[in-house]
Formats: sequence, C-alpha cells, structure tokens
Amino acid sequence: MSLNYLLQMGDNALILGHRLGEWCGHAPELEIDMALTNLALDFTGQARTIYQQVAVLEGQGRTEDDLAYLRDAWEFRNVLLVEQPNGDFAHTIVRQCLYDCFNYLLYEALCSSRDEWMVAFASKSIKEIAYHQRFSTEWMLRLGDGTETSHQKMQAALNNLWIYAGELVSPNQVDIEMCEKGFGPDLDRIRPLYFEKLHELIAKATLTSPSVEWMQQGGKEGKHSEHLGHLLAEMQFLQRAYPGLEW
Amino acid sequence: MKNNWPLWEVFIRSKNGLSHKHVGSLHAADSAMALENARDVYTRRNEGVSIWVVESNQIVASDPDDTDSFFEPARDKVYRHPTFYNVPDNVKHM
Repeated sequence: MSLNYLLQMGDNALILGHRLGEWCGHAPELEIDMALTNLALDFTGQARTIYQQVAVLEGQGRTEDDLAYLRDAWEFRNVLLVEQPNGDFAHTIVRQCLYDCFNYLLYEALCSSRDEWMVAFASKSIKEIAYHQRFSTEWMLRLGDGTETSHQKMQAALNNLWIYAGELVSPNQVDIEMCEKGFGPDLDRIRPLYFEKLHELIAKATLTSPSVEWMQQGGKEGKHSEHLGHLLAEMQFLQRAYPGLEW
Repeated sequence: MKNNWPLWEVFIRSKNGLSHKHVGSLHAADSAMALENARDVYTRRNEGVSIWVVESNQIVASDPDDTDSFFEPARDKVYRHPTFYNVPDNVKHM
C-alpha cells in the first residue's frame, strides 16, 4: 500500500472535516449546525484511522497528530475542492455534493480492494458516506429546485466549484499504481459514472451543468490554492506555537 | 426562514421491543427533513433504532383546566388496580 495513496484519502477527509467544522455555531439553523458538525466528525474520524495506518506502515515514530499538525501545505495531498472556502450555504452544499458523489463511488470500490486493511476501513466508512451523500444531494435538490434566490445561489456555487470536480476522477501516478496492484479502483472507469451521476442530479435540481471542460488540478501533487495555507495556519496554530502541547 | 419552518415532535425507539418515547422537538421544512434532522440532533450518541416525527400542531393535547374532571376521579379508585384483590391460594398462573 502506497503511503501517498493513504495520505490522499486521509488529507481529503481531514481538510473537508475542518472546513465543515468551521460552520459550528454559524449554520443557518440549529439542526443544520448539528448535521454539518456530525459530517465534520465523521471525516475527522476517518482521517484519524487513515493517519494511524500511515504511521504504522511508515514505522518512523510519527503519530497521527504529527501528520495532521506538523506537515506544511505542499506535503498535503488533498484535492483542491475540499480546501475551497465554505462561502455561503449553497457553496458548502455544492462542494459537499461534488465530493460525496465521488466519495461514495470510491469507497464502494475500495470495499473490494485487495488490501485487507482497506476493505475493513472502507466497509465501515461507507455507511457514513452513504448518509453524507443522502444529506448533500437532498439539499442540492431542495435549494436548486427551491426559490428563485436559492436557485440562483446554487447555480452560482456550481459554476464556481465545477472546475474542481475533475481532479477527483483524474488518476495521478499514485492512483494508477494502486489500481494496477488491485488496491484501488480505476479512476478512468469511475469518471463516466461520476459525471453521469452529477448530470442527472443537477438536472433533477433544475440546475444547469457548466459547459466548462477545463479542470483545475494539482492538489494531489501538493500544489494547492492559497486557501490551504490559511486553513492550516488556523488548524495547526497551537502545535506550532506550543510544540508538543497536550491537554 | 425560522418563521417558515414548522415545529416537529420527535419520538425515538431506543431498542427493538421497547416503545417509542418522546425525546424533544425540532424545526424542519417537511417530514423528510424532520426525519434527517432528528437523526442528526437526537441519535448521535447511539440513542435509537427507529425514529418517528410528527408535526407538533397535529398533536391534540388535554387542557390543564380539565385536570379535575379528567384525572381527579381516578385517584380514589384503587380497586381498579389488580393488586387490590386477594388471589385465592389455589388459583395458579396469575
């Protein structure tokens, strides 16, 4: 199992979890506040499990906390989509929907990975991920097919975030290597399924799929947008300012 | 937005075999959202295996002013409890 493959998965979970956690206390309704922080905790939990496995395989004495708090932006391998700012609620929902639709397909495939640990982890996580997808698609439909204002906000969010969807299903060297070993799925095979699923959902939400075909990439290789640096500055502040602090 | 979302009452069955118990209320736009909100607000610590939601305005409640006529008369009728009666020794399976 490639450590970078695990980091791609773990970093996606950690960064998206952190973004969702930023809504804590700020969501439009108490019930949504709880829902978003539940998602955040699911993702943070998944990230922890993955980082623990990385630490074991790496055998260098690094811990899950070191991986989360002591790496700099270029060492993070999350896709660009998950580090994008929360924006308004529409942006958060569209970002979540673009991610969940992919994540479900990915974990579904990982359930039949040739790696035993991966099968156990994916089989446990897929139940959480199924709920995430249910939550975000439901809101996508409600707001897309809601009022004139909600429709406009959702379309604007979709137009802004669309260019980050492609990276999820574009295999890099690590993805290709893991696919060849039977550890991970073939992203080239997932891509058409993913976009078919998205187009169907977008149409059902009475929104329009952006016609842009060019997709932004780089996150998986550690080339990030400026947003990640700001996110890490906040997330890692305590360990950077007071190294080794525990409470 | 808050003014538009009706109030819902939430009932949770903690495990199979037990009955649903009222646990609280929440706001939601419709029944599907109420169910999901209930899942997120009331079952995050493994409290349940089944959820019922019902719009609060669908519940018909007794009037506190009726307490005397509704409940008072039952207070002195202990003979309505089975334990009021002596069961003869030779009656089995009670």
